[in-house]
This record gives sequence, C-alpha cells and structure tokens, in this order.
Amino acid sequence: MRRALIFLVVFATACTLDTRDDYLGDKQPKRFGIGHAPDAATIAREDIDVSPNGAGLPAGSGTSAVGASVYASACASCHGANGEGKPPLYPQLVGGPKGSFDFASDYRIPRTIGNYWPYATTLFDYIRRAMPLTAPGSLTADQTYAVTAYLLNREGLIPDTAVIDAKSLPAVNMPARSHFVKDDRAGSSGGTHVR
Amino acid sequence: MSDKSITRRTLLTGAAAAAGGVLLNNLPLDAQQHGAPPVTPPPVPADPTKAPGSPTTAVGERSPFVHPQRAPVGEITGTTLSPLQDLAGTITPADLHFARIHAGIPAIDPSKHTLLIHGLVDRSLELTVDDIKRFPSVTRIHFLECSGNGRAAYRTPKPDMTPQQVDGMFSNSEWTGVPLATLFHEVGVKRGAKWFLAEGGDACMLTRSIPVSKAMDDALIAWAQNGEPLRPEQGFPIRLLLPGWEGNSNVKWLRRIKLGTEPFMTRWETSKYTDPLPGGKIRQFSFEMDAKSIITTPAFPEKLSAPGWRRISGLAWSGRGRISRVDVSPDGGKTWDNAELLTTLHPKAAVRFEYMWEWTGNESLLMSRAVDDQGYAQPTMAELKRVRGPGTDYHFNAIRAWRVARDGTVTFEANA
Repeated sequence: MRRALIFLVVFATACTLDTRDDYLGDKQPKRFGIGHAPDAATIAREDIDVSPNGAGLPAGSGTSAVGASVYASACASCHGANGEGKPPLYPQLVGGPKGSFDFASDYRIPRTIGNYWPYATTLFDYIRRAMPLTAPGSLTADQTYAVTAYLLNREGLIPDTAVIDAKSLPAVNMPARSHFVKDDRAGSSGGTHVR
Repeated sequence: MSDKSITRRTLLTGAAAAAGGVLLNNLPLDAQQHGAPPVTPPPVPADPTKAPGSPTTAVGERSPFVHPQRAPVGEITGTTLSPLQDLAGTITPADLHFARIHAGIPAIDPSKHTLLIHGLVDRSLELTVDDIKRFPSVTRIHFLECSGNGRAAYRTPKPDMTPQQVDGMFSNSEWTGVPLATLFHEVGVKRGAKWFLAEGGDACMLTRSIPVSKAMDDALIAWAQNGEPLRPEQGFPIRLLLPGWEGNSNVKWLRRIKLGTEPFMTRWETSKYTDPLPGGKIRQFSFEMDAKSIITTPAFPEKLSAPGWRRISGLAWSGRGRISRVDVSPDGGKTWDNAELLTTLHPKAAVRFEYMWEWTGNESLLMSRAVDDQGYAQPTMAELKRVRGPGTDYHFNAIRAWRVARDGTVTFEANA
C-alpha cells in the first residue's frame, strides 16, 4: 500500500513536470513519433561509458609493467616522465601528498589520482574517451587497462603484480572516496550564513 | 569601375581624398576590420553627411572604432573570457561569449550529427538535428558561468585586472531549443532512472552526470543562440543547457544521453569541478551558481576625468532564481544603497543594474552586492574563505570591489 502510494505521488509529479514546458496542452500527442529507433549495433558502438561498479568495462587486461611503456610513449610528453604534469594545461597525475586531506587549506596542494580521485573506474573511462590529447581513442583496451594499472601502482594503490581488468578495477580501494559529500548549499541565505 | 558599382573601398578612398586626406591604398583595411585595434583611428570623411556612405554587406561588422575582444586565445584546452567592460544591457553577442574548451572546438557537419538517447528508457531514440528542430521549442534568456569564474582574480590578483579578467567566464544569451522533458516524455523514462549521462562530441567526449529532475524542470537541448544557430565554440549544432547550473555541466556538441540509476562519476565531476571544504570534505555535484554581481563601469582601465555625477553599471545574476535587489556601496561596504534594475527579471538570467553616483574626488571603494528571490545575499571574500577555506575557489562569488584613487584611476581591489 505504501509503495503504491509513493508510486502514485511520483507518477503524478512526473506527469506535472513533464508537461510544464509544453504549450500544446490537451493537444499534445502521446508521442510525436519523431526520430528513429537505433539498432543494437549503434548503441553498442556508442555506449562506452564506465560506471563505478564496473559496468561498461570491456574485455582485456593490463599490468603496471606493460603500462609503463604505454605511458612513456603515449602520455609522458604532456604529463611528464614521472606523472608530474605541466600545470595548468597538463595536470599532475601522481605524487600528491597522502593522508592529510587538507585541500581546502591551499589550492596549490596537488590533487592526484591517489589522493583525490574517488573511483578507479573513472581513470579507464577518461583515458579511453579523451587520451592521449592528440589521438584520443587510439589506445586498445589492453593498453588502457595497462596504463591505468601503471598510474594506480605509481600511487601505491595496487601492487606491482596486480592484473587490472573489468573485475579488479572496480575493486581498487580509492582513499578519497569517503571524503565526497553532497551539495548542502540549497536554502542558504548567503552572506555570513554562506555554505 | 566599368559597371559603375560602388565599393566600400572606392567610396572611402574618394571621400578621404575629397576631404584632402590620406592615401587609403596604403592602409591595411582588412587588418582594421578583423585584427588588433588600430593605433590611429580609421580614416573617415570630415563630414559624413556630405558624401554617400558605404553599400550594404552580406554580414555586418562592428564599427572600425570598436574592438571588443575575447582573451586569452590560441589554446585547445583553456578558457577565453568575455569582454564584460565593453558590453551593455544583458545579452552577450554570440561571438564574444566566453568559451571553455577541453580538447579544441570540433568541426561538426550538422547533417551528420545525431543525438542518441538510451539506457533506462522505454524506447531508445536517435535524433538528427532536423528531428530535434521538429519538436515544440522554447526561447529563453539564461546566463552561463564557468564554476571557476573569478579564480584567477583570487589566486593571482592584480590591480590592473579588467572586469573581463576578473569575471569574464560569464555570458548571457537568448537560447532556443526543445525542453529535455519533451524528449524524455518521447522516450519514456523508466522508474528508477535518477541520473543521466550527457556526452559531448568534442575530442574528449566530455561527460557529466545530471539528475533527471533537472531535465523535468527546465533543461533544454538548445540549437540556437541570440537568433542564429549556435556558434561552434558554443556547441554547434546542439548543446545541453541547464539554466543556472555551472557551465561545465551544460555539455556542448551533445551526442548522447544515457539514463541510469546512479551518477556515472566522470572525470569532470570527481577530480575536477568539486569543492574541497574544511574537515577533509569534498563537495560534489555543486551545480547551482549562487548569486553574484560585478560593476563593469567604472572599472580598470578607466580613469574618471573629474568629480561629479557618474553612472555606475554592472551585471547581477543568480542560478537559483531571479535577482531581487542589487546594493551598491561607494565606501567599501560601510554604506549600501539600492541600485536600479534596468532589465526584465528573468529567472537564472543576467540583469543590468545602474546607480548614479556623485564622485567628490576622494578615494572611493565601489562594491556591488546581489540578492536573489531565494533570500540569498552575495557573501564577502572573508565570509567565503572562513566557511570554505582558502583553497576552494570554484563557485567563487565574493563581492567585487574597484578602488577609485584621487587622480581618478580605477583599479581592481581583490582583498576588500
């Protein structure tokens, strides 16, 4: 009963919100029928995002040792031989201070994978879609796993021998994750009460 | 001139020659029209009422006496700032709208661009740009502001910063597009879908996770800006527009929307665009841009010529609703007075404020403070730093100040 009530409320709200932008009122068709249904291959080709639970990760695997050579050839020219970066255009990737988590005290404290990134899956997703800057999409799944492993290893998050794949990557413990909180600014009156 | 056609060049040449003037053939007309500001004003007839002017052209240009420019330029990852000090009213000319890009400005053939909507929907859908323009549209005025706006003026403040350099990652446009709610109605959002991923068509395929509730509220898929198709650096042919929300989430060159139960935790919403707070916390998904304002005149590099009455003018906005009031202080916040709001108060849009001020010739510190219809008042720099710590400078909406010296020079005052 309670579930049904909640559903009714949600449904009613959704209906209200759905039509708020529409000037057609009662004349709005159930659907406009514009556009076409994509085939499964199109969706499979485009659906490249990776979620924190690992959904979307492809087959393949990589180790830090292999990743070191991928990094040297594909990444080091911008991010430096040791991931030190060339800020502000090319961020520092590894080597930020660990343990203190005092970023609010100074914007110059480097925010790197090991001290600031909450999910290891984000690394794979971002490298695959955006890196390297001059040739995005050019790395294979194995190379992407490998360079991900290399960066995680450089931050001390996985051992030298770890094999990173669709199963192990989401399980990597990222120290920053517990520090992320929801936005609580709504309802603030600003001024001396700013949040 | 066998066909007796009159070109702009011959007219100008003739007029200048008639005025006993300059040999225009030696002057780089193109450079004057498109390049850096000329050292000397361009030649014009001594009396423009005594000779015909130039003929019409296919695309209009600014007066050769006027040279608003974005800056800096030339990078494929970075920001170019809008020249706030050169603008009037509230609408930013599209070619002067600020732009933040992460992997260059993509060249997109609109006839080949599609938007794919899939995930937790009843019917996946692929739409061409022409398809999107068939849906019922809305036209609305909204601002866009990068959540890093004002950061440079905080980290590396200098007295000789212009409004452009201080807060130029802000612009305001009239947008036309289809409500995202209409498209979500079309595909049928499944129960449990709380977030959607928006993916851009640039070379980093920029992605952000957005609550479905924003789509049902006021999000648009925009295809026009200020009466014309989007400019390439603003997302041509289509972009996501999330009124009042941080610029980065308004994904440009939109190519794909995927609905899911949880945020996707993309690089841009985790390692970037998150706000460290004291106590070892990081605020995430801080979408709304809080109320803010800046005086755009007088401001550096202007110099007041003499004491007397003068117009103070600026821009105010809030990502949570309408601006309800703007206060102006001539004395560094000791006293405040209501400014006049000159333009229609659209929600999540810029308003132009103005205040008539009689400068006595003494040193003055000019400030503006925006208040929105949620009762939120723009905080001081000290209040922001006290609450958020000195290391957090996204969503940096501190009260801005301009120092007027006795000799009339106006400089940016970062620590007022």
